[in-house]
Parts: sequence; C-alpha cells; structure tokens
Amino acid sequence: MKIVLNGEAREVAATDLTGLLAECGFSGRVATSLNEEFVPAGLRAGQTLTDGDRVEVVAPMQGG
Amino acid sequence: MAKTFYGVELPNPLMLGTAQYPSPAILEEAFRESGAGVATVSLRREGAGGAGQTFWQMIADLDVLVLPNTAGCHTVKEAVTTAHMAREVFDTKWIKLELIGHTDSLQPDVFQLVEAARILSEDGFEVFPYTTEDLIVGERLLEAGCQVLMPWGAPIGSGRGLNNTYALRAMRAEFPDVPLVVDAGIGLPSHAAAAMELGFDAVLLNTAVAKAGDPVAMAKAMMGAVEAGQLACEADPIEARDMAEASTPVIGKAFLS
Repeated sequence: MKIVLNGEAREVAATDLTGLLAECGFSGRVATSLNEEFVPAGLRAGQTLTDGDRVEVVAPMQGG
Repeated sequence: MAKTFYGVELPNPLMLGTAQYPSPAILEEAFRESGAGVATVSLRREGAGGAGQTFWQMIADLDVLVLPNTAGCHTVKEAVTTAHMAREVFDTKWIKLELIGHTDSLQPDVFQLVEAARILSEDGFEVFPYTTEDLIVGERLLEAGCQVLMPWGAPIGSGRGLNNTYALRAMRAEFPDVPLVVDAGIGLPSHAAAAMELGFDAVLLNTAVAKAGDPVAMAKAMMGAVEAGQLACEADPIEARDMAEASTPVIGKAFLS
C-alpha cells in the first residue's frame, strides 16, 4: 500500500500504525498522527491504514 | 515568596531554549554551567537514525524541567494537535503555546492563542502562552484557564531586549499574583536583568545564548543577570530623579575655603 510518511511517499506492507512504526524502524519516544489527527500510542494497534493515508511520526527535538 | 508555575517552584528564574547551539556538547555544558532549571524543547519529524531519541536522552540526563513548545504553528488545530503529541512524548502537562500570526515578526496571533488556550486548559494542559503585552489579551488568557503569562520582550531572535517596558510594567501591576515570564527578544544579560527588575518571575531565552560566540559563558552571564535582577527587585530600588542629591553628608564638612 502507498502512504505518505513524514511528507514522503512510501510503499509499505504494514496495515496498522504499530506495524508501520516497526517496519520503518521507529522506536522510543515518538508521537503519531494520521491524516492530521493525533493518534495516541494506545490506539496505534487498532488504527488501520488505507491507501493514500498521511502519517506523521515526530520525536523530541531542539526548541526555543 | 517565589510564585509557582502550576504548583511548581522553579529552582531559578532562567528558562533556556535548546535550539541553535553549535553542538549538543555545548548545549549540555551551557545548561550544566548556568544551572538553568527549565529547558524548552520541540517536536519535529523523526528521521530514520532516531536523532530525536539521542537528543531526548541528553535532556533527560540534565534533570531539568521540560517545557515543550508548539513553535511554528499557525492554526488552532495545528497547535492543539502538536500539544497532544508533546504531552505524550514528553510526559508533561506543560505546554508553551505558540500561535504565530505574522511571518516577519513572529508576533503571536492572540485571537487564536486564546481559543487554543481554552481548548487545551479544558483538556488538562498547563498552558504557558507566548503572548503580547496586551492587558486585555492577558485577561482573556487567564479566563481561558492559563495560570502563567509569557509576553514577548521583542520579536523572537531579534535580541532587541525589552521593546515596551511601559507595557510590561503595566502588565506586572495589572496581574500582581500571576507568574509572568518575558519570553523572546532578549539579547543581553542587561535585558534579562531589566525584566527581573520590573518584577517578572522568570525570563525565557534561547538565541542570545545559543548564537553567542561563547554560549556557555553567555548562559552563565544570563543566570547572573536574572538572579541580580530578582534580588534587586526584592530589595526595593530607589526612584530615579532628575537632579543630583549628595550622598556624602554635608554636616561636619571642614571649612577650608
């Protein structure tokens, strides 16, 4: 399936958000959104992906 | 007695940003050497190498209070979603709420700011709103649930200092019991000291330290400044006057002419 991950088009095998994070090698402290809506960590496993979904994975970064 | 920030007493009045340092090692040293007790942080897209995790480990090791921001957000929805992500990632209810309204000055969009502050406060967040010195906006933010106000000193990164001391003084007088922080625009320790002399409870700055030739020394200078300013404010400074008033007693002066 084709999705957009952090702004880049990707072909992925995962069918839910948890699977996607594992497939793409994300771990540790990250937060996710699907189509501009926040998806809490506890709901990632039940969050199925469909073609064309836009996923954001963010992590701690320097800030002012 | 020092005011608390949502029940938390700060170890000192310096909140320090974590962006733009020459290296992570210098950032770390700036915190350790200055003793700044609050670090502002952000959320950005995670890369494949897990850069965010390395950064987080360094911040965690500093053992400081962490204040995540919503930097770069231009809409209520974007800011609220970012705040939710920050709460999960950083495991804190604190959020420095930034809603940018103007590209060149990075002036807060105070209308959206109040709206987002209300939504987040009702959702259990402890909001630190980056605002202007407008008293009515301040009042609305407090009504929305904020228990801290953070007016700008000058545009972010400008280093101009306190552009409007009159308004900041008025804000201090209007909200005597609210923790007030000058956030942004500080360039020099004298600016930071001036904010504290006005009776502000803390100063939040980043660029002035990170972009200085020697960030570690500047961080220490800023800490000295905020502590001096705070002490001076508590010491009840004299009023300025136009004419001289001799400090050495006239009585007892020898007659020599």
